[in-house]
Amino acid sequence: MKQITRRTVLATAPTAIALAALPVRAAKQYDPGVTDSEIKIGNTAPYSGPASNYSTIWKCEAAYFNMINAEGGINGRKINFISYDDAYSPPKTVEMTRKLVEQDQVFAIAGGAGTPTNTAIWKYMNQHEVPQLFVATGATKWDDPKGHPWTIGFQPNYQSEGRIYAAYILQNKPDGKVGVLYQNDDFGKDYLKGVKDGLGAKAASMIKVEATYETTDPTVDSQVVNIKAAGCDVFINTAINKFAAQAIRKAAEIEWQPLHILSGIGNSLAGTLKPAGLEASKGLVTDFFLKDPTDPQWKDDAGYKWWLGFMNEWYPEGDKNDALNVFGPTAAATIVQVLKACGDELTRANVMKQAANLHELSLPMLLPGITINTSPTDFAPIKQVQLARFDGERWQLFGSLISGQLPA
Amino acid sequence: MTVPEREAIALEAAAVRSETAVAEPLSLWLDRRRLLIGAAVIAGLVAPLVVANFTIFQLTMVMIYGLAILGLNLLTGFNGQFSLGHSAFYGIGAYTAAILMSRSADLAYYWTLPCAGAVCFIVGIALGLPALRLQGLYLALATFALAVALPQLLKSHLLEGMTGGVQGIVIDKPDPPPGLPINADQWLYYFTFAVLLIMFAAAAGLVRSHTGRAIMAIRDHPIAAAAMGINTARYKTLTFGVSALYTGIAGALGAIVVQFVAPDSFNFLLSINFLVGLIVGGIGSIPGSLFGGVFVLFVPNIAEKVSTGLSGAVYGVILLLLIFLMPSGAAGFVRRTAAWLARLKRAANTEPIGRSTR
Amino acid sequence: MEQLLQQVVAGLATGAIYATMALAVVMVYQAIDHLNFAQGELATFSTFLAWQMIEWGWSYWAAFAITVAISFVIGVAIDRILFRPVRNAPILSQLVAFIALFSILNSSDGEIWNFTIKSFPTPFGTKPLFGSGLISTHQAGMVVVTLVMLVLLYLFFRGSRLGLAMRAAAANPEAARLVGIRVGWMIALGWGLSTAIGAVAGMLIAPVVFLDPNMMLGVLLYGFAGAVLGGLSSPGGAVLGGFAVGIIENLAGTFIPFVGQELKLTVALIVIVAVLMVRPAGIFGRVAVSRV
Repeated sequence: MKQITRRTVLATAPTAIALAALPVRAAKQYDPGVTDSEIKIGNTAPYSGPASNYSTIWKCEAAYFNMINAEGGINGRKINFISYDDAYSPPKTVEMTRKLVEQDQVFAIAGGAGTPTNTAIWKYMNQHEVPQLFVATGATKWDDPKGHPWTIGFQPNYQSEGRIYAAYILQNKPDGKVGVLYQNDDFGKDYLKGVKDGLGAKAASMIKVEATYETTDPTVDSQVVNIKAAGCDVFINTAINKFAAQAIRKAAEIEWQPLHILSGIGNSLAGTLKPAGLEASKGLVTDFFLKDPTDPQWKDDAGYKWWLGFMNEWYPEGDKNDALNVFGPTAAATIVQVLKACGDELTRANVMKQAANLHELSLPMLLPGITINTSPTDFAPIKQVQLARFDGERWQLFGSLISGQLPA
Repeated sequence: MTVPEREAIALEAAAVRSETAVAEPLSLWLDRRRLLIGAAVIAGLVAPLVVANFTIFQLTMVMIYGLAILGLNLLTGFNGQFSLGHSAFYGIGAYTAAILMSRSADLAYYWTLPCAGAVCFIVGIALGLPALRLQGLYLALATFALAVALPQLLKSHLLEGMTGGVQGIVIDKPDPPPGLPINADQWLYYFTFAVLLIMFAAAAGLVRSHTGRAIMAIRDHPIAAAAMGINTARYKTLTFGVSALYTGIAGALGAIVVQFVAPDSFNFLLSINFLVGLIVGGIGSIPGSLFGGVFVLFVPNIAEKVSTGLSGAVYGVILLLLIFLMPSGAAGFVRRTAAWLARLKRAANTEPIGRSTR
Repeated sequence: MEQLLQQVVAGLATGAIYATMALAVVMVYQAIDHLNFAQGELATFSTFLAWQMIEWGWSYWAAFAITVAISFVIGVAIDRILFRPVRNAPILSQLVAFIALFSILNSSDGEIWNFTIKSFPTPFGTKPLFGSGLISTHQAGMVVVTLVMLVLLYLFFRGSRLGLAMRAAAANPEAARLVGIRVGWMIALGWGLSTAIGAVAGMLIAPVVFLDPNMMLGVLLYGFAGAVLGGLSSPGGAVLGGFAVGIIENLAGTFIPFVGQELKLTVALIVIVAVLMVRPAGIFGRVAVSRV
């Protein structure tokens, strides 16, 4: 270290004074997509095609960003959110993502939808070192900081949920005969794998029926009849809303009352249980990490009240019965938090650093006690869920928060 | 297709052809065509050097879809066999390329094309044989069965080990040959362009040959063709095979360019897309297939720009407008306009034959 | 054995869904000689209209009747406005018009009524039929209504002048014109009938599968398969075909070991194609013999 003598001070004094006279400029570092007044982020989402019912998530996120912009933006910069339709088709995802990165020059891709679609751009994003933030699917593969440092997941992954159901079954019905209903694609198979892993050595003997369905199937009645006919007394129902509701109703119709576990994908009160019949849904067990907006127990909750206000003001055309509209602002808030934490050092590397540095981030619609946590070796922001049982009127949370993470 | 349907198409095609034949001497027409093709080729060669990488990617996909649609065109447009199953050939070609490149043989990407073509040719023949007994919508259902079966087969745990199941297969991007001053995107474009030129030229040659005439005769008047000694069964089956080969090669190229294959990308909605592209481009027109490729890639994007929520509705409206304005597709529209312009020119140039003095 | 019976009955129940759709498909095929891809979406749209009316407080039967009437008018209007201009275009171009209609309707349904599934009431109740756990009263009602519609159509086509005129227009348009039948309006009538039948189908199916914009996609495919299996020129065949598809699919899913579940639809379609090999125009269809 250089000796600071009076001579060096005097020598540098004029320069120091001159520099001090200039307005203080913080070390601003910008990667493409960032200017003094805006941050450009984007994603692709299924606004048309078979998965278009999920499109409300991103419409809701756009509304959230509008709200943030109205409140002054992120450190004074407005969010410019560009979202393209990929019709849930991986070739289209690749095309639109390349457009976002190469033509629109977005800063980061945030909250893109779907497993095959995000898999298609996985390599591209990591090769081009563009952040693929908070991917909106529960596949396990996104938690891979070593192999894919530019990609980070978001929600509790399906395999961990499956393991939690298995643990619950082993606790409550250890000699049960299990039937599983799952969608014949990536998320369905992930659930099945989680259940099998969780049951461990007993998986082969306990699981009697593995019934699949395609989204083009009109009903799953036949699958439910099969599972009952096999003598199962435990039913793991990982179907999406429409088919989950059909299954619940059919089970009641054929007077079958197994231990009925509903997955997080299809457990909305208004979206699944009401159409299926509240009486028929009594006794269902499921897991939550977000508050169900149709559940009257949250009526006076501060977080719910905030959400209701947000929906009324910024996304009035959104369906307040749709749990997807709770997921949207939660994901958006996480993105905003990360961008805010970057301060003026808005480089892509810093974004990933901040994304890997979330501690106890609490958001209005997360269940009480669940927070977002990440670290350089932990790319699974939300790990915890809580089990709930339906009593005919609402979901009663019980037990403690469970983490689905396998010990590292 | 039933006899009246085939008649309608054939009469229409003949009418348009006769218009142009009368309008200008044949040699002049051929020269103009050659000029146009030459200009298109030059434009195609220059394009990737002046546009951005992302647009190069889009243009490459346009060519790939155009090639796939040409395959369908050979079967439906030139031979009159209605197919809703070409998404399956595209998917088989794609998966052949993906499996050969990543799993088993680690094959170089250019060898996957002939392999994909061969596999699809065999599958096409295998399908063409039972298809001989079916017509019109019944054939459509049989081909539709294939389109539905493929994603399910790819996902089933029978084939999971080979196909990667629902997770799909990720492929590495091929590098340009060392020494050439172009990037990977441009190289893939030129590679696809070369394949496109070869395949399109081959198709044009096939159509103009006597095999092509036999194929079209089967479409227009199957009974008369058989009566004249054309072995309809052989030609129909062969056409199925060749058509599958074309679409299969397009699928392989698609896999290489997108660098990813997943089972649900190759469902029957893709078949419908190809069919729409075929019709909009012009049934029985080889350059029309390329226009079909442009349509399939760009119109959904345009529809989305107009309205994200109602993009499907906008797409439908655009489609309706196109069909109202160009019932015979783009190729038919071009032909009609050319004929009309030629008629105008002739009317302006010729003197009245005689003047009545009475 | 009991499982076989259960699956057959369950197959009949789902088959009833396909059968009603197959009937609508054959209806319009008879009129215009081609498959209407947008059939399912028209049915969904009609069902949404009925749902909206019920939401506004109208009684089920009022909504039902008005929806069927409106659907009839919509069908006629679509034919007159959209398809008359392209009637002389190649058949495949007309196909594109159907696809366009499909796209427009599907997208609009989602935008207007969103994607949350909705329950749709049924006039038949949902108790198990005769107390058995096999089939509900609604599903039995669905089967009955389909058969009733079939009988009514049969009587209409065979017994009434209008029905005869429609058949003539479809069989030989030129000759029909010569005897004074307004072929254009006969086709429009065929459209209206098929859209109305589709609306009934939609309102019967929605209580079972729940109402959402994508409700009919799978149903249309199965309905189409059923219609082809039964023979596109035979409404009775189409209905039987629909039931058959439901049963085949269920049996394939249950009894084919190892892969039955995953490849249900594939197996069902293979069976249908195999049948078509033997009877190329469907089981009850008539092979068109053309004069050379």
